[in-house]
Amino acid sequence: MEARVVTIATELDIVRVRQAVRDVAVRGRFSLVEQTKLVTAASELARNALVHGGGGEVTVQVEPVGTGTRVRLVFVDHGPGIADLDQALTDGFTTGSGLGLGLGGARRLVDEFHIESAPGRGTTVTISSTSGGAVR
Amino acid sequence: MAMTFDQNANDDVADFLLEHEERITEDWLRVGFFAQHGSQDVEQARADCRAVLAAIADAARSGRAHDPAAPGFLQVRALLGDLVAMRTRHGESPSQTALELSRLKQPVLDLWTRHRGNEANHVAHTVLLSTALDTLRLAVVETALSAGADIIAYQQQQLMELSTPVIKLWDNVLAVPLIGTLDSARSQVAMESLLQAIVDHQAAVAILDITGVPTIDTMVAQHLLKTAMAARLMGAECVISGIRPQIAQTMVQLGIELGEVNTRGTLADALAYALRRIGLSVNRAETA
Repeated sequence: MEARVVTIATELDIVRVRQAVRDVAVRGRFSLVEQTKLVTAASELARNALVHGGGGEVTVQVEPVGTGTRVRLVFVDHGPGIADLDQALTDGFTTGSGLGLGLGGARRLVDEFHIESAPGRGTTVTISSTSGGAVR
Repeated sequence: MAMTFDQNANDDVADFLLEHEERITEDWLRVGFFAQHGSQDVEQARADCRAVLAAIADAARSGRAHDPAAPGFLQVRALLGDLVAMRTRHGESPSQTALELSRLKQPVLDLWTRHRGNEANHVAHTVLLSTALDTLRLAVVETALSAGADIIAYQQQQLMELSTPVIKLWDNVLAVPLIGTLDSARSQVAMESLLQAIVDHQAAVAILDITGVPTIDTMVAQHLLKTAMAARLMGAECVISGIRPQIAQTMVQLGIELGEVNTRGTLADALAYALRRIGLSVNRAETA
């Protein structure tokens, strides 16, 4: 399994995260739709880590699964954390000025979604998708 | 690290370089760097060699053989810059150029050993000579790096300028082709120039084409919605075009609703729609 870490500290890093994810998705033979979904989800979570978490990093892991490839992304920030996860995942809820669709939307775009957070302990979001829709 | 050599040594080395100018030039032309990539004529290469040799001699004489900012080296900056630029155009990296330059050293040191190798203080002189030639390398790499920085600054400027044109497609119909990453700053520029253009052209329909935007996440969608809303407040209808199938599917799952904003698959569809809105129809011309 190969892994790569991308730091998220500026707006420019969000572009870098998208490029890194698109790169592994293309190499993992993700279809155009699967690529776009994964990249968009990564973009949302990277922006969350930057805007709400004050920056962080994402680990990009790639592993073969059956005939396809699984890409797993782990977003870690050390920001204030989230007190009410259910509320944060509700569409339309936002603490900032966004649309409030980022977290819930990202969850709908990927196969697996896991979030861990507590006030004062930062936030870790893990998502993964598999090419070819082989394993769901 | 500051290196000091006594003035006699400095003068000795400088004199030696000038004295054997002819011979060193011939050696250097054989090694390359000055006379590569064919197109350059030999006389020019010879003149370049002599200029660089004089520069090294000058730096050595002034006791600054270790300093790439010595007056002697500064005089040949432009020349070195040209030589490096020529190599860069042929796809060579600065480190390759530096490697190439290191081959200029051997013939000079050989020549020195042959002529002065049995003098008592020849080791100190050799070190000085070697230092001066290393500094030439440093000067060339510095030149190459600053040239790279210049190119980056120039390209950034160009990118800003080409970012967001507003195009008049027809009377009262405008289009903004958005390309690349839409961050907050660029969205703001796009919105401002579109709103101004709506006033200037009394536009009734404004088309935002996102064919060239690879990722539409919630932030980009929000910017698009805000722009559409602002356009509507000014009395122009906004149409978003260039939504590719994969983008459409992703937007649906993200939960983005464009509400009353009209969308079309291609810019052509959006133009057809806009023409209808302003009461025009396109007919096939009658052929005689």
